[in-house]
Amino acid sequence: MKILVPIKRVVDYNVKVRPLEDGSDVDLRNVKMSVNPFCEIAVEEAVRLKEAGSAEEVVVVSIGEAKAQEQIRAAMAMGADRGILITSHAKLEPLAVAKCLKAIVEKEHANLVILGKQSIDGDNNQTGQMLAALTSMPQGTFASELKIEGDKAVVTREIDGGLQTVSLNLPAVVTTDLRLNEPRFASLPNIMKAKKKPLETIPVDELGVDVAARTTLLSVALPPERSGGVKVDSVAELVEKLKTEAKVIA
Amino acid sequence: MSILIIAEHDNKSLKSSLLNCVSAAKQLEGEIHVLVAGSNCADVAQAATEVADVDKVLLADAAALEHQLAEDISSVVVAQADAYSFILAAATTTGKNFIPRVAALLDVQPLSDVCGMESVDTFKRPIYAGNVIATVKSSDTKKLMTIRTTAFDAVAATGGSATQENIDTGEALGVSEFVGEELAVSDRPELTSAPVVISGGRGLQNGENFELLYSLADKLGAAVGASRAAVDAGFVPNDMQVGQTGKIVAPDLYIAVGISGAIQHLAGMKDSKVIVAINKDEDAPIFQVADYGLVADLFDAVPELDNLLG
Repeated sequence: MKILVPIKRVVDYNVKVRPLEDGSDVDLRNVKMSVNPFCEIAVEEAVRLKEAGSAEEVVVVSIGEAKAQEQIRAAMAMGADRGILITSHAKLEPLAVAKCLKAIVEKEHANLVILGKQSIDGDNNQTGQMLAALTSMPQGTFASELKIEGDKAVVTREIDGGLQTVSLNLPAVVTTDLRLNEPRFASLPNIMKAKKKPLETIPVDELGVDVAARTTLLSVALPPERSGGVKVDSVAELVEKLKTEAKVIA
Repeated sequence: MSILIIAEHDNKSLKSSLLNCVSAAKQLEGEIHVLVAGSNCADVAQAATEVADVDKVLLADAAALEHQLAEDISSVVVAQADAYSFILAAATTTGKNFIPRVAALLDVQPLSDVCGMESVDTFKRPIYAGNVIATVKSSDTKKLMTIRTTAFDAVAATGGSATQENIDTGEALGVSEFVGEELAVSDRPELTSAPVVISGGRGLQNGENFELLYSLADKLGAAVGASRAAVDAGFVPNDMQVGQTGKIVAPDLYIAVGISGAIQHLAGMKDSKVIVAINKDEDAPIFQVADYGLVADLFDAVPELDNLLG
């Protein structure tokens, strides 16, 4: 089995982003960039499946500027076998990304695609579902457990009411939730080895897919600021304030 | 052109998220139709006809739709899509599962977590864990979106008189199969619609200590939530997680107990009307958003609060 793991280069999760002065977009100058945390979980899961003998090859793919090679190398240091970078100067929307990924799924004949459920920049939570739709594959979103049983992927999903388990015919798309696994730290020897692993670059134009934007970002703004309130000195004072000032308890 | 909202339900009862979605839809243009897709769910469809401002309810009732798997639900929605210019669902794990799938099949770029309708083609949605609100204009002729329910006041659950129509459900796809589920059973209100929410974090130290919160919750008619840290540590199950990747809540009163206040948690609760934080670390970021902060050991403060509320 060949597993394809699409990953995204995003602002590091510790960075608190702010709008640019003119409110046209967020300010990403000089901020630390990392592999999207959910994508890291996807890489880890694919590598574990390979280590367990369920898969022969793990291919990582990313779409973006040349710098995204850093994130592909990071994924290869975790154990992915090779990388593909689809170069694009424009920021692509999830639908366009899904179309690019469909082209790669077909080129690579991947049997399983594992990707993060959302990226922590756009917070869209769409790409996996859209890729599944475009490739007519079943989808197991928000996975907290993944088992390969013959020609099926059995996925336990984190849903609002609890957990749901579904069985999907392979090939299938699985998107990862936070508790699927804890990604490993790459060791120094593996980081060195990753530098020699193959990394193919494909300009997005060569895929022959429509990546035109469907949405325009008009502006970004800070949400209404919550001003910190008061500190109370005792539980009694808290109860008093909630009853008489905030009037939220009887 | 009309608006189609896909209702969330468990084949027995309608989830209240429909009321918020209808409220959001009223800010658009067109008749409001509701799709109820499931199995043996006629009661749900009936309840949907009573929701205020709904014009028509479509019922897709078939055994294959019992668990509303994304693949099958998507085919049903796509088959109806021609008649609609807007297709909406709540931004829950259900809506987020199928709306992008439907959108891709219709060649549309959907909008997730819409929290404001500026016009019929311009919408507001949170990005970067809600640290920034984006205003986005869509050029797709059909618009698909998931609705952040806490951003829209619910319409009345009764008083409406929509017509009902049974629709064809098509063939089951058979590519995915429901195996089982473990659903939380609780007598307390649902997290996303409770007027009061009490959440515990890593400070609770273990699952047993959540009993302190349950006792308090029962006095206040509250739901109990948790931070990601508490869920990751195995204190409580995932369905209790409040935050960027868990549930988004906006109750009248949110009490954060032993929660430090990571931005990913704040993203899930900072629209609450009144926030109370109890934490022994006076520098915890949660105090920056709390209306009332109490620097105290939760193991002293929570029982005392419980007593005072008698």
